[in-house]
Amino acid sequence: MTTASRPFVPRAVGTAMPRPDGPQKVRGTARYTVETPGTDALYLFPVQAGVARGHVTAIDTTAAEALDGVVAVLTHENAPRLAQGDGVLQSATIHQHGQYLAAVLATSSETAREAASLVSVSVVEEPHAAVLDEDSPDLYAPDALVVGATDDTRGDPEAALAAADVVLRQTYRTPMEHHQPLEPHATVALWMDEGEGERLVVHDATQAVSWTRQALAGVFGLEESAVDVVAQHVGGGFGSKGGTHPNTTLTALAAKAVPGRSVRYALTRQQMFDLVGYRPATVQHVALGADRDGRLTAITHDVVDQGSRIGEFVEPAAAFSRGMYAAETRRTTHRVVPLDIGAPTFMRAPGEAPGSFAGECAMDELATELGIDPVELRVRNEPDVDPETGLPYSSRNLVACLRRGAERFGWAERDPAPRARLVDGWWHGTGVAAASFPVVRFPGSLATIRAVGSGGYVVEIAASDIGQGARAALTAIAADALDVPVERIDLRIGDTALGPAGPAGGSAGTTSWGAAVVEAAERFRDKYGDDPDDGDEADASTPDNPWASDYAMHAYGAHFVEVAVHADTGEIRVPRMLGVFAAGRIVNPLTARSQFLGGMVWGLSAALHEESVLDDRFGHVVNRDFAGYHVATHADVGTVDVEWLDEDDPYVNPMGTKGIGEVGIVGVAAAIANAAHHATGVRVRSLPITLDAFL
Amino acid sequence: MHAELSLTVDGHHHDLTVDTRTTVLDALREHLDITSPKKGCDHGQCGACTVLLDGRRTLSCLSLAVAHDGAEITTADGLAPDGELHPLQEAFVQHDAYQCGYCTPGQICSAVGMLDEAAHGAPSIVTEDLTGGVRLDRAEIAERLSGNLCRCGAYAHIVDAVSQVTEEVAR
Repeated sequence: MTTASRPFVPRAVGTAMPRPDGPQKVRGTARYTVETPGTDALYLFPVQAGVARGHVTAIDTTAAEALDGVVAVLTHENAPRLAQGDGVLQSATIHQHGQYLAAVLATSSETAREAASLVSVSVVEEPHAAVLDEDSPDLYAPDALVVGATDDTRGDPEAALAAADVVLRQTYRTPMEHHQPLEPHATVALWMDEGEGERLVVHDATQAVSWTRQALAGVFGLEESAVDVVAQHVGGGFGSKGGTHPNTTLTALAAKAVPGRSVRYALTRQQMFDLVGYRPATVQHVALGADRDGRLTAITHDVVDQGSRIGEFVEPAAAFSRGMYAAETRRTTHRVVPLDIGAPTFMRAPGEAPGSFAGECAMDELATELGIDPVELRVRNEPDVDPETGLPYSSRNLVACLRRGAERFGWAERDPAPRARLVDGWWHGTGVAAASFPVVRFPGSLATIRAVGSGGYVVEIAASDIGQGARAALTAIAADALDVPVERIDLRIGDTALGPAGPAGGSAGTTSWGAAVVEAAERFRDKYGDDPDDGDEADASTPDNPWASDYAMHAYGAHFVEVAVHADTGEIRVPRMLGVFAAGRIVNPLTARSQFLGGMVWGLSAALHEESVLDDRFGHVVNRDFAGYHVATHADVGTVDVEWLDEDDPYVNPMGTKGIGEVGIVGVAAAIANAAHHATGVRVRSLPITLDAFL
Repeated sequence: MHAELSLTVDGHHHDLTVDTRTTVLDALREHLDITSPKKGCDHGQCGACTVLLDGRRTLSCLSLAVAHDGAEITTADGLAPDGELHPLQEAFVQHDAYQCGYCTPGQICSAVGMLDEAAHGAPSIVTEDLTGGVRLDRAEIAERLSGNLCRCGAYAHIVDAVSQVTEEVAR
């Protein structure tokens, strides 16, 4: 429960502020993990499994060890034992292609890599399954989603569908996708023993230094206080740097074998397709029942996810349909097919991104069927209260986003007829889709505020700046909470020495960290007033939201896009995109625009490019680099407009902010698919949308 | 096998001994601790390692160090001698033409090289008139920078920043 007695008055918040670390980033002097100077550092290069299941019968490291510059070769036979956890180099069993089987430590990267190629591994292969088959006998219902129940049924949707004037039933498919932040995952680890017991010091490319510390402490059987994790600059994350993956454990394990020396390991781009997670493929069966006026009477959304026998992560795609639209009856379900592949994980807007592709394409198809404008169809199904919880909304401005977007985009002039606009050999069309993302708050971030010198404040919180702009946002929030100019704030982040903190994830960073900073400032001012002495200090943990049980809290958005499809080649281009968002108070208009833009480019990239192709024979991703796994480039992106509505929400947190890192991607792929249908008359229900669909 | 060579990086002369398999990128990052050029893919597919090598934008991860003995290299850091930011760097900060910053030094070196190519009349695939000079509109800038991936998706802001500098130069 917050004790805030002073209202939060935005001054720096709401004002454009360039990133404090901008000058270092444009010069390249901001140091990322693997650029951290080490102590007598060694390079690590791994040996990986070439089969999806089996076991190692022999490993010969003789030739590798004989190479000049090789310091150690670790295998499951000689690696230090782990206290618990993920089993890196702990047994001969192979659970996935790409699993670490050995690690070379050498004095140069070239030598480490050459030596790894000289390690001879004998393997017995066992039968495996690597490709998603929704009819698999192994299909199972998971116990729960990350948030919410696996299945949720209200009323009798099948009866409602049977009685509906119009029924739309379709199946939509989304592929396996990989995060691929430009900075590869990397770790620099050092074990020290300075007479007070073992200490593990790790620089890690992570979205959550506290989570990495917790994971490593568990795996190595250490107190958390004996593990330091630092991440000052992180080159993108998008979810893959949220969890602690085998590469981090491997690096720390290898460093344990050479105490007093740093071990550095940055993944190759190819290895980024093996062991650091991905968005699982989905098969989504959607049915909508409606009356002639377009009022929904039933929504069913049944999802089958690609899964892994190593670790469960359920892509909660059907959860998107639990709160978007009013309907008397509803069913949402999730099933998983476990496979002999690496574990999936959170990826930007997990659930909402693929779920909105199915849900928002289905709404467009229903609009076409009914002859109702797709904006109008959505407006007619706007709920009064949250359909999932029955709670009123803290604020919900989806209709305002749709109306404003339609106005700005020129939607009123749109002729709904498909395949009706051929200009210079290109079919043109426009499409719309809606977006939502929940307001999330992680507990347990500690903020400390200390007065220094005359009028300055050090503000400490172990937040991660992965590019979203936490440095600028938290500086502004701290300045306003302390009622001082931003120049007086010295913000320190990215280090477990500053205390526990939640992740840069779930679009929750600003809420979780910012609420803690505001609370700490409140306590500080209560205790010391506004003219403190040097060294005065107060701290606070993220308070619970007292309104959490009273209101449903989400950000919303509406996407409008124009698509052109070449009449002869089927080439698809997106010359124009507009996103209009209602996401509470915007802390930093400069960096917020980048977050929305980035989300929309991700949506474009998912719509047109991204697909990880698994080889069923070996269980690996075939297109394992940027030549094979395409992400959007400069030339793919046309005009992108972003606008946000003023939204005053007193319930979400003291700052009035909602998360903005993920809502930008939600619905984009659907808007593009809907526009492609408007352009060509062809419905594409499987991502990515490639030219063959139009030929 | 090792070889001796010299490189001039951001105005500073360096003599170094490298494994003959060492790339220019690794020579800079691992031997000289110059980490402004980034390693994003090590395969010439992302552009994060772009430097100006003897004045031209070059993928340093695809260049072997031994093939560039005596070369003059400018990194993004070298574009800001004594901390004075290059106009493109200023424009990147003002337009927020990045998020995580990992591709940024490569984007900036690539943009500097691209502006020089355009000034010398080099056409691109989207240049309509091959007889006159190059007019760097948004489509030209986007096309010419498409070798530099930005996974954060800051492309619109990057083109804004480069356009601003292009217009200032044209004035």
